[in-house]
Amino acid sequence: MRISVPAGVVIPMHDRNVEQRLHDFKEVDGGLTADEAKIEAERCLQCKKPLCVKGCPVTIDIPAFVREVASGNFRKAAAVIKEQNMLPAICGRVCPQEVQCEGQCILGLKEKPISIGELERFVADTERAQGLVLPQRKAATGRRVAVVGAGPAGLTAAAELARMGYAVTLFESLHAAGGVLMYGIPAFRLPKEIVKAEIDAVLSLGVELKLNHLVGRSVTVKELLSYDAVFLGTGAGLPYFMGLPGENLPGVYSANEFLTRVNLMHADAFPVSDTPIKRGSRVVVAGGGNVAMDAARVARRLGGKVTLVYRRREEDLPAREEETRRAKEEGIEFVMCANPVKILGDQGITGIECVRMKMCAADQSGRPEPVPVEGSHFTIDADVFIAAIGQGPNPLLISEIPDLRRGKRGNVIVDDQFRTSMRKVFAGGDVATGAATVILAMGAAKSAAHAIDTMLREE
Amino acid sequence: MYSIEKAEQLADKVYQMWVKAPHVAHHAQAGQFVIFRIDEKGERIPLTISAVDGDSFRVIFMTIGKTTTHLAALRAGDSVQDVAGPLGKPSETHRFGTCVLVGGGVGTASLPIIARSLKASGNRVIGIVGARNAGLLILEDEMTKACDELLISTDDGTKGFHGFAADLLKQVMAREQVDAVWIIGPAMMMKVTCEVTRPAGIKTFVSLNPVMVDGTGMCGSCRVIVGGETRFACVDGPEFDAHRVDFNMLMGRLRTYQPEEKESLERYNAHICACRGGDSHA
Repeated sequence: MRISVPAGVVIPMHDRNVEQRLHDFKEVDGGLTADEAKIEAERCLQCKKPLCVKGCPVTIDIPAFVREVASGNFRKAAAVIKEQNMLPAICGRVCPQEVQCEGQCILGLKEKPISIGELERFVADTERAQGLVLPQRKAATGRRVAVVGAGPAGLTAAAELARMGYAVTLFESLHAAGGVLMYGIPAFRLPKEIVKAEIDAVLSLGVELKLNHLVGRSVTVKELLSYDAVFLGTGAGLPYFMGLPGENLPGVYSANEFLTRVNLMHADAFPVSDTPIKRGSRVVVAGGGNVAMDAARVARRLGGKVTLVYRRREEDLPAREEETRRAKEEGIEFVMCANPVKILGDQGITGIECVRMKMCAADQSGRPEPVPVEGSHFTIDADVFIAAIGQGPNPLLISEIPDLRRGKRGNVIVDDQFRTSMRKVFAGGDVATGAATVILAMGAAKSAAHAIDTMLREE
Repeated sequence: MYSIEKAEQLADKVYQMWVKAPHVAHHAQAGQFVIFRIDEKGERIPLTISAVDGDSFRVIFMTIGKTTTHLAALRAGDSVQDVAGPLGKPSETHRFGTCVLVGGGVGTASLPIIARSLKASGNRVIGIVGARNAGLLILEDEMTKACDELLISTDDGTKGFHGFAADLLKQVMAREQVDAVWIIGPAMMMKVTCEVTRPAGIKTFVSLNPVMVDGTGMCGSCRVIVGGETRFACVDGPEFDAHRVDFNMLMGRLRTYQPEEKESLERYNAHICACRGGDSHA
């Protein structure tokens, strides 16, 4: 029987206090205890037609795993999740549940939806602490599949294909697997030992990982096409700049560079770690997405006074609400309805000239279009500037394969089976959609893996 | 881990190293580079591929900062944690006619592989190697073999022509038709030397060396301005049309981490001194 829990007993979040977290890169959210997880899971209505599953890009049987949590069968809960998702500790932390599973939860109409993300994370963390159980592998098919890029899409495709019995080679150009999970998302949101543990689980399915291999350079396209099938999961790592005067001054970073220096190269530990970074005393971040919040919060932890400048209104910020809240708690100043127009300085940055924006009639995105207000220029003192205005699909490999059909923004065009214009070449994730979320990339990769399986079995 | 097959000093502060990395060696072409990361705490630094032999390739570098100083201390049998590559676009070594390759200091390291590639395409290749003094000259024998003719200049006249490589380039241009030129060396040397070929409109390439992180087009650290447009040296280069490069912007960005580089090197040297002090008690 389900215990009825009144709305007031909803489990709170366990964020570490601000003073503490500004001095390190340890995780902000402390997660749930076993008792809290059980109480939270007991709130689940166990809907006959669960809407939450419809909101999940990888279709985890959410009511089933929540039921196991409520009963205290945490390992069984983990097994249910891993039927559909090999990276649950990651997804529990970085999925935008509020617009996916939790956004669909019927409880959300009257009270707070079930904290599915926190529960997924709790289950994954508990299993990892006790020793990961690997899912079953089917008998080897004798067929070889190449997966390009070891980010969320590539790892998911590799795991799915390995479980289906394919010999998978996973190519990664950096010295570590994980893609954006390693270089992009900071440790205070996604601890790197957790990423490594889930990657190790994927590799232990028999996936062969080749680091430092840039496909198109270290591996020719001809070599790539010698595999029985290819999945391209090369992501959207091409940083956009704003084209501002002064943008090439020392101290101007793309968010990708700033985050990579810290997350992947540990520049926060310089000079113990060799990679340097400009620790600005006054940092301006331009943008309003999760990447902008991440860059701002990293800069804050490096000791700077940080201002985030966004051209639209606060309610238009594309970042997750809880990340915006945490950024504000950490003392980041928000300047909304403003846009940088010039980076001032000679040898280095001295300030950022901005212009106020007014909101006009809705644009293509359905939001009011921001338009500069004449004569409203103002300057923010700064010595570091970070452009976090988005990324495009990685162009390198795609440009090495001229037969691959591409869209206007450089994205690889795929059909509903994730097939590209080239036989036996599939693609999914940001390289096909443009910059989106970890979980959408994983959902696409999973579908692509099944499409690859179907194709190879029909051959 | 990638094993170091051979490591030796070539000149004052200049070292060469052969590293076994089949994925690099089997695919490397003239003009491309690798990214090294020595160990877990290491930074990623780009180094030009200077030669290839079987499963191994060679880099030649000058000790400037902490990472290159550390690299120079490694011996055959040691290893480098990560080697990514080959990266960047290969040199355009099709048939031009007569090509002149100008190397300044350690930049000369890039030339032999380009010279051999140009020869293979049927070009006449003239090499010009410049250095501050005779002790800093590298690859003289190798360049003599790779080129149809090799000219040497030293700033102080201790070997070859007394003067700059740019002066020798002018002399060659005065005596014969030159169809393409490569100039590879310090940014200031490239900036000045490419002015020699600009009036005659001779196709001139330079290999740019901005600060890089990933080396695969994902961070934009290595952005340069070429022909008024932003390009990433790691994927669009490293070689560009010399006459369209904004060298002042390149040199400005190369100064970004000078204080940090100094701090890091001093810390490393202090650590080495402390270690040597420890040895004396043994």
